[in-house]
Amino acid sequence: MHIELSDEHKLLQETVRQFATEVVAPRAKEIDETGEFPRDFYDQAGELGLTGVAVPDAWGGAGMDTVAYCLVIEEISRACATSGVILSVNNSLVCDPILKWGNDDQKERYLKPLASGELLGCFGLTEPGAGSDAGSLRTTARRDGDHYVLNGEKVFITNGTDADVALVFANADLAKKHRGITAFLIPTGADGFTRGEHEFKLGVNASGTTWLNFEDVRVPVADRLGEEGEGFKIAMATLDGGRIGIAAQAVGIARGAMEEALAYSQEREQFNQPLSNFQAIQFYLADMSTELDAARLLTWKAAWAKENQKRYSLEAAQAKLFASEVAQRVTNKALQIHGGYGYTKEYNVERYFRDARITEIYEGTSEIQKMVIADWVVNKA
Amino acid sequence: MAVAEVPTVDPAVDFALAEDQELIREQVRRYAEERIAPGEAERDREHRFPADIVVELGELGLLGMLVEEEHGGAGLDPLTYCLAVEELARISPSVAVTMSVSNSVCCWPLSRFASAELKARTLPELAAGALGGFGLTEPGAGSDPSGMRTRARRDGDSWVLDGEKAWITNAGFARWYVVVAVTDPDAGKHGLSAFAVPADAPGFAVGKPEEKLGLCSSRTAPLQLTGCRIPAANLIGEEGQGFKIALATLDHSRLGIAAQCLGIHRRALELAVAYARERKQFGKPIAEHQGVAFKLAQVATELAAARVLTWHAASVAEATPPDPRAGRLASQAKLYASEAANRAVAEGVQIHGGNGFHADYEISRLYRDARVTTIYEGTSEVQRMVIARHLLR
Repeated sequence: MHIELSDEHKLLQETVRQFATEVVAPRAKEIDETGEFPRDFYDQAGELGLTGVAVPDAWGGAGMDTVAYCLVIEEISRACATSGVILSVNNSLVCDPILKWGNDDQKERYLKPLASGELLGCFGLTEPGAGSDAGSLRTTARRDGDHYVLNGEKVFITNGTDADVALVFANADLAKKHRGITAFLIPTGADGFTRGEHEFKLGVNASGTTWLNFEDVRVPVADRLGEEGEGFKIAMATLDGGRIGIAAQAVGIARGAMEEALAYSQEREQFNQPLSNFQAIQFYLADMSTELDAARLLTWKAAWAKENQKRYSLEAAQAKLFASEVAQRVTNKALQIHGGYGYTKEYNVERYFRDARITEIYEGTSEIQKMVIADWVVNKA
Repeated sequence: MAVAEVPTVDPAVDFALAEDQELIREQVRRYAEERIAPGEAERDREHRFPADIVVELGELGLLGMLVEEEHGGAGLDPLTYCLAVEELARISPSVAVTMSVSNSVCCWPLSRFASAELKARTLPELAAGALGGFGLTEPGAGSDPSGMRTRARRDGDSWVLDGEKAWITNAGFARWYVVVAVTDPDAGKHGLSAFAVPADAPGFAVGKPEEKLGLCSSRTAPLQLTGCRIPAANLIGEEGQGFKIALATLDHSRLGIAAQCLGIHRRALELAVAYARERKQFGKPIAEHQGVAFKLAQVATELAAARVLTWHAASVAEATPPDPRAGRLASQAKLYASEAANRAVAEGVQIHGGNGFHADYEISRLYRDARVTTIYEGTSEVQRMVIARHLLR
């Protein structure tokens, strides 16, 4: 048990912090208001190796580990949660499954450009009628010679408006229920592939969330990821990893809010003294920092477990559950410490407060995490 | 100040325990299950001190875990110590506090601050199985030690102590007590000094044991010091260092309490899971009802959080060079682990329903035992003061 960042990790953290402070943070407010997808940010992130952090060099990535990936997502999310989730989706939900289940041809054609940031990926699992119950999705994939023909609709797809490639889950045999689910890599320009405009949301507003629609989209068998019927397993395992990214995002949001609240409490004077002199405010800060530290350690623990080929499904669910709920509490208290100013757009805390909310919902709601955790605790312990 | 040369570890994010840490953990777990568990309910009911267990703890080397090997101790690191406390607390929080007080607040300050001569007179005996105690708190000085009244006056080759210490764990069973007293009333916190007081010192007496809500088989009683005379050489460190020694000791002992909380929390979860799998309502085990399953998930997650905080704090506690975050991390661990353990036992009772309210069920004892953890070795409020001070400096 030894938790100390290596020189390589520290250097990465410094580099990303500088990029986040100088490039990402100044635009956070603007893209939150306009909802404009920050493709230029994504391109720059690609140049820094942040679009495929844990992908080996040979496949276009930065060749670092999962802890490094957490550091990247935390630093970027601290500046801008929208930018954090854009990277998290590309890294965790697109690159990671191709690395794990893709063949060399798929890695060459898809992983390399996605990991290097040349292409942007999105993850198409959720449907109007299949959210937490991912096994019940209705998008179909009918085999037709060397192709599959896809029909159906996906919703709430992060990066959807701007992605170049979609990892899409469709059922190749509805009778088999979730055992028919199959994964496909589909260029978003494919015939019959349409998508919506950016949808305005409560938070992470510029992450390009939209619907995808498939009308007789023909996908070569060569673009099927894994075997037919293996899709549900791929989706679930991918979400296990994705949860580590979202936990890191939640930690970044919470840290941003915590730092601003700490600074504000020392500047703002009431009753002739800084707010930080009042015990009520001190105790808020003490609880916020304690929970934040615990959330980060749980996140790193899940990352460490994944990196060392240990079980990490339980650890990732716990990290995601805990960190997302901590982000909610910490941003709420940070806003409270800012008082009326915190409720205005003049300060960042109202954005942190809104951005935190989604972390309890996407990549498995808190309730789904508890189902996963309870299953481990009750049945697998 | 460090005991042994700590080998330099390459910086890494590594959550794995070392092999010898796993080994000691396993050994203490087995011992606690086999030897402590059988009599625990009865000792609790009869408020009986686990004297026979204490003898065995000494034989196992668990009473001098942090003491240097040259003084008969095991010379182990704080994390290994935390693992042992957790395993004991899982079976008996009373035994765990008896053991952790001796290690954390008696042996530790002696080992880190006493002269070589004083160490040689106290530590081998303590490490071999004699118990230790710690006299800081007074009736009028709890969270705020500046209200301390116990006086120590120099008289030739002796110090003479007068005053009363309250809530002293192991009182009456300890062989040595680390006692903090005022040596210069005009010097504020720099006027406090720490002393090693043997139980057979003239003028030393133990008052009536307290009746407590929980930890009923651990002993808590006041110390009465009436012209209590000890050799001048029993001063620990320098005159005026008492406050510094007390604070450093509490920083350290908080880790032990955090570890005690992990043991209580883990046991509460085990009991709740076992009960929820067995107990059937509405045609299925209550563990299959989401209202219960989600409680178990929450309790398990908070245990994981408390554990990483505690282990991390323990792993930096005696780093060389000293880690400036160590005090904050120990307070965070103690604050979080104690609050989480209390939530865990409350949910544990709730999951047990009416049976959880019955004295025959272990969870009801844990519910009582857990309560003190947010109070002793610095209340949750004191931990928050410590953490905030670190954040705002």
